[in-house]
Amino acid sequence: MVGITSYGAYIPLHRLSKATISRAWGGSPVPGEKAVANWDEDSVTMVVAAGMDCLKGFDSKTLDGLYLASTTFPYLEKQSAAIAATVLDLRQDVATIDFSNSLRGGTSAMKAAMDAINADSAGSIMVCAADARLGMPHGAQEMDFGDGAVAIMLGNDGVIAAIEGTYSIMDEIIDVWRPDNDTFVHSWEERFIREKGYNRVVPAAVSAALKKYSLTPQDFTKAVFYAHNPSLMTSVARQLGFDSKTQVQDILSAEMGNTGAALSLMLLVAALEEAKAGDRILLVSYGDGCDVLILRVTEDIEKVKDRRGIKGHLASKLELDNYQKYLEWRQIIHVETTLRPGPDQPSAVALLRDRKYGLAMYGVKCKVCGTPQFPREHVCVNCGTRDQFEDYCFADRKGVLITFSQDSSWAGVSLDVPVTVTAVDVEGGGRIICDMTDRDPEQVKVGMPVEMTFRKLRRVGGVNNYWWKCQPVRG
Amino acid sequence: MESIRDKVAIIGMGCTKFGENWDESTQDMLVEAAYEAFEDAGIDPQKDLQAAWFGTVWGAGTGLVLARTLQLPYLPITRVENLCATGSEALRNACYAVAAGVYDIVLAIGVEKLKDGGYGGLPPITAPMATGDVQHSYRSSTFTSPGRFAMMAIRYFERYGLSPEQGKEMIARIAVKNHHNGNLTPKAHFHREITLEQAVNAPIVAWPLGLFDCCGVSDGAAAAIVCRGDMAKNFRTDPVYVKALQICAGPYEGELSQKYDFTHVEETYIAGQRAYAEAGIKDPRKEISIAEVHDCFTITEAVIYEDLQFSPRGGAKEDIEAGTFKLDGELPVNTDGGLKCFGHPMGATGLRMMYEVYKQMQGKASPRQVKDPKQGLTHCLGGVPGGGIISVLIAGAEKG
Repeated sequence: MVGITSYGAYIPLHRLSKATISRAWGGSPVPGEKAVANWDEDSVTMVVAAGMDCLKGFDSKTLDGLYLASTTFPYLEKQSAAIAATVLDLRQDVATIDFSNSLRGGTSAMKAAMDAINADSAGSIMVCAADARLGMPHGAQEMDFGDGAVAIMLGNDGVIAAIEGTYSIMDEIIDVWRPDNDTFVHSWEERFIREKGYNRVVPAAVSAALKKYSLTPQDFTKAVFYAHNPSLMTSVARQLGFDSKTQVQDILSAEMGNTGAALSLMLLVAALEEAKAGDRILLVSYGDGCDVLILRVTEDIEKVKDRRGIKGHLASKLELDNYQKYLEWRQIIHVETTLRPGPDQPSAVALLRDRKYGLAMYGVKCKVCGTPQFPREHVCVNCGTRDQFEDYCFADRKGVLITFSQDSSWAGVSLDVPVTVTAVDVEGGGRIICDMTDRDPEQVKVGMPVEMTFRKLRRVGGVNNYWWKCQPVRG
Repeated sequence: MESIRDKVAIIGMGCTKFGENWDESTQDMLVEAAYEAFEDAGIDPQKDLQAAWFGTVWGAGTGLVLARTLQLPYLPITRVENLCATGSEALRNACYAVAAGVYDIVLAIGVEKLKDGGYGGLPPITAPMATGDVQHSYRSSTFTSPGRFAMMAIRYFERYGLSPEQGKEMIARIAVKNHHNGNLTPKAHFHREITLEQAVNAPIVAWPLGLFDCCGVSDGAAAAIVCRGDMAKNFRTDPVYVKALQICAGPYEGELSQKYDFTHVEETYIAGQRAYAEAGIKDPRKEISIAEVHDCFTITEAVIYEDLQFSPRGGAKEDIEAGTFKLDGELPVNTDGGLKCFGHPMGATGLRMMYEVYKQMQGKASPRQVKDPKQGLTHCLGGVPGGGIISVLIAGAEKG
């Protein structure tokens, strides 16, 4: 039976407390915090991080497909799944699909992957979802939205949670939406969303699914609901007959925020982290309809408990105590720049030539002297032999910080001042000069362990230029 | 391999005031530096010059710009560029052409006009320029010069067990020294004594480097007239003879291999060794009378002391504290205030350094005149720690 074979997640390091947002507008403190993507992150970089977490112990070359879901893909025309597949070093003969524009894109992608595997057109597919949505400044959604990503691998072998059943309905409604020319999510009034949206659609779909499979709420160890907010979720769960204290997965609104298309699958990962063999899990997502999935956990669940997942990423955090900086990161406010000319638009030609190095982070290893080196050169830096190399991937290797600088001279140019530039000696050989991200500048020390993370260097002329940075190893 | 020693001499030099030369164009500065050199050598550029080398980095133009500006009569002119060593490169190439016997009298000149830009620091340095990486030019770390030299400072402090306070104080003493010397040099950009406290507590540019650890951004031009060594005395009684001309371009081992330690600059060490061999110098600390070195940042000057073997490895701090490199010290370094006070118009800097060595040899550097200098050294560092292009030139007052 098709099921989940691995999972991973990603939550950005930075958390913005709702009190900080509230204070910026002269309001009284509100409890909770939201996960905030750094200025150099977007849905693609977060998908890569979640995908790397999910692929621990797996060879990405065994995947036959990568399905991505998001409402905030960096390009409206141009596939994000192809970018992520290249970064994660999948084979070229794989199916890549973007499931865009829908808050239930994550579960829809998962169902599509299941169908493809059942139809024998693929053996193993990784489904990823990510979102970094924007609510209007000083609005309720700005408080509610958080950023994050998830990756779920599906297949027939080594299943950790089998998919026992699925049920979907579609339902046309204008409750939460974003037009193609707007940065911010809009919504109709809250009472309408509850009464005529979520509270009408979700109970109907879940009841129909339970009826279809002759199950009752008591047959489930845990129920995972997507919801815009916790009260919406608990009222519907209660209405359906689930015990909101013992049976229902918390939606992490106070720890992470609503991560849009990624939320339902992120909550599923949170549930799987606590799951035992034999548990049955109900997964419900919502957005222009409702997807219901029924999962049964197997004994192999223990094999994937080393993921950073939701728990690990939630525990590893750094407070962003500055609302203005958040607005700057999201390009909602623009600060004065210097007269210094900005960077050139990257050449699409060079980016194509460089993609194995630039996206999948391949260097080489000399076949004569065995020295790993990054980036690829023609002549070995150690023994001087010409072009006797084998490919050598640096993306998932840890390293040690040899030296660094905290460069304040980029004020007015970079959003990340002081820019931390580092020299990293990689485990097993090789040196990389790269920027460090997601760090507290005060805590950067020679000798500290670091890992590589895929980030957006900049966008120039509408082209995102992605590359790798290092970061302190996340806890 | 033959040595350049005594085969060529410098018989005239010129140098503009360095600084924010708002009212002077590139052409204005070229003319000022060139004509000072022509008059100093007592030559007629229209009749006596046979070739020229023109150093500039940021697009002041090709040899045509120099030909037009000076109305040079259809001479062979080459534009040279080798990052921060560009001025030295113009001089080196001019010297080789004369040593080869192709020409008798030539001009080496360099210029940079940075202050038309409207911002501090150097113009954007593209990846191939900064890292030597022409293959992956759009995907690289954030590059600034202060950032890269700060990486050397942090590692140097770490290696020799200096606390940030001790390290910052060590390099701040270099800033204080160079500001003192610059204050005695009319052509310098900055004329201001600073205190150790001011240097240590200045705003941070790239930790641990503060404002006074970084050289300024200036406009300027400098020029030299080079002729055959055996003809030099026909022009003046006190020509300055070239004893060694070396350049060393590193293969960026520091960015590609774990071997590089970020506490020295291998290219400086190698260029220095070659220059000492060429000039027949056994003990540089004793035999070099003055040195003009590339203090783009104060940490750079500290490391240069060690790479050029003025100080033992890790010994810069002790020598700095002993005043070894002050005007009245054992080996005065950057007697004119260095890049610290002149700024760094890259095409001109190497020639500006030679201008100071030349004037010191001729005893014309009062009130900062060093007593009876015999041999002087100039050192330019292009690129970054781990991947540099270094020139070392040695000149002497006497023909050997």
